[in-house]
Amino acid sequence: MKIGVLLKQVPDTETKIKIRADGKGVEEGEIKWVINPYDEYAVEEALRLKEKAGGEVVIVSAGPARATEAIRQALAMGADRGIRIDTTGIEQDPYTTAVMLAGAAKNESFEIIFAGKQAVDDDCAQVLIGVAEKLGWPHVTPVEKFALSGKTATLQRPVAGGTKEMIEADLPVVVGCEKGLNEPRYASLPGIMKAKSKPVAELKASELLGTERARINVTKYSLPPERRAGKIIPGEPEAAAAELVRLLREEAKVI
Amino acid sequence: MDFNLTSEQELLRNSVREFAEGEIAPKVEELDRREEFSYDLTKKMGEMGFFGITVDPKYGGQGMDHLSYIILVEELARIDGSQAATVAAENSLGIGPIYKFGNEKQKKKYLPDLCSGKKLWGFGLTEPEAGSDAAATKTTAEFKNGKWVINGSKIFITNGATEITAGATVQAATGKRSDGRKELSCILVEAGVKGFTKRAMKNKMVWRSSNTAELYFDNVEVPEDHILGNRDEGFHQMLDTLDSGRLSIAAMGLGGAQGAFELGMKYAKERKQFGKPISTYQANAFKLADCATEIEAARILLYKACWLKDQDKPYSKEAAMAKLYCSEVMYRVVNHAVQLHGGYGLMQEYKIERFYRDQKLLEIGEGTSEIQRIVISRAIGCYDV
Repeated sequence: MKIGVLLKQVPDTETKIKIRADGKGVEEGEIKWVINPYDEYAVEEALRLKEKAGGEVVIVSAGPARATEAIRQALAMGADRGIRIDTTGIEQDPYTTAVMLAGAAKNESFEIIFAGKQAVDDDCAQVLIGVAEKLGWPHVTPVEKFALSGKTATLQRPVAGGTKEMIEADLPVVVGCEKGLNEPRYASLPGIMKAKSKPVAELKASELLGTERARINVTKYSLPPERRAGKIIPGEPEAAAAELVRLLREEAKVI
Repeated sequence: MDFNLTSEQELLRNSVREFAEGEIAPKVEELDRREEFSYDLTKKMGEMGFFGITVDPKYGGQGMDHLSYIILVEELARIDGSQAATVAAENSLGIGPIYKFGNEKQKKKYLPDLCSGKKLWGFGLTEPEAGSDAAATKTTAEFKNGKWVINGSKIFITNGATEITAGATVQAATGKRSDGRKELSCILVEAGVKGFTKRAMKNKMVWRSSNTAELYFDNVEVPEDHILGNRDEGFHQMLDTLDSGRLSIAAMGLGGAQGAFELGMKYAKERKQFGKPISTYQANAFKLADCATEIEAARILLYKACWLKDQDKPYSKEAAMAKLYCSEVMYRVVNHAVQLHGGYGLMQEYKIERFYRDQKLLEIGEGTSEIQRIVISRAIGCYDV
């Protein structure tokens, strides 16, 4: 079975984000880059499927040269090869990313694609849906349980109030992976050494995009305002409650 | 000069860090308190490929360079000295001599199980009365009826008495040389041989979840071909093994210092006194600045020593310097880190207390700081007058 995994390299969630002076992006200098955590579930699920059904796991990522590090890590976990779509100089938004990834996926004729349910940097959760749309495949997301029998996948989604939704989908399908789906493995030392000789192909973004252009134009990034210190209202309960109501009404203007 | 790590070394650091934080960190306090060696963690570390890192894959090793090994030990020690000790001792002292000096038959027989972590192997050098004066070994091996007959004892042997210890490399006097000195040789002694007993040493202050053993040999008979390399090569083999082992002890100092620094820093930023986080008082900020500076210097010294080894250049002096400096840097860092914790730093509930205890071994094991200064002062020619 030919299994595709969509992977994005994102800043480590502990990285302190600094906005660039022009406000159009973030400063990359001191960022520690990691595999998007939800994508790690996707890699793991793909590896588990391969261990059961055989075949090949191919990692596809659209990003600059540094994204190769994230692909290598997935190869060290056990994936077979990688494809990086070089996005240098391309205006990337969820739409163009989906077009590029779908283009690469079409060339590979995957039977199933796993992806994280969203990336933890921009939190758009658009790309896997866009890829499915461009390929004309169904998608299911977020998925917290996955099983495959023949060519039919059984998928479980959480629904509001703790209810579970069970879905059956015939392959091919794009699966958006949620936390709890599995416990991603660590890259072992032998895995790291093996990854050295695994191929990572490079594709040109312009060739996959054709005349398609980004549909979102980011005008400005800004950091959330600093949280102000809380206020403690002293005094007897009755007087304090009255004061609280007055502050909510006159100062915070929320009631 | 290129200070960049290779992509494999970066991957290794990240992966070991995730493993140490995810698998080891949740268990260390309990293991330390109970003074318990963890077979489960050893098995997992074996599956991760932490044993036999620099060994050729044809014997089951990972075929990585020495710097990769050192980064691995550093990352383990950042979380727990005991697990780092299990790994460092096994690679440098258990596997190392067999890989470097063993014949093909011995390598094929022992290395696959040791490199997978299924079995452990000890290095029996130190004796109750032969510490820094390692040549004073009293253990003897007499060649009788085509067999070596060993008598004596060894002490402080890491990984020497676990349930999965397959044996030990034992240094013994096998006769007298023509110059009147003892002829020393290393002999591979398998667990379970008649007369060979091993006993785990308890009530340790440091590395409480690593295994430390006393080994006793009472007319232990082993076949002639269990000698490592050749007769009379024992002292040279031991010196070579310790040179390499020093790098891993240095890595434990560096990683331990890094871990202690991070704990101190975190606490100092959270702890408020007189209305402000204590990290913002210059008395404390300067301590933390000193720690960060010394750790950076220690890392560069150690990595350079590894680079020399990986380039097959002489590295004995630099290994001694790195071992001395990294273990003493950890001493200063952990001392500051406990001070920053105040009273809480004295309580088991706070991890820093374990780092404070574990540090002390590094100035004693695999050549005391005094012995390192002897090695260095000889290398720089102090006595050549």
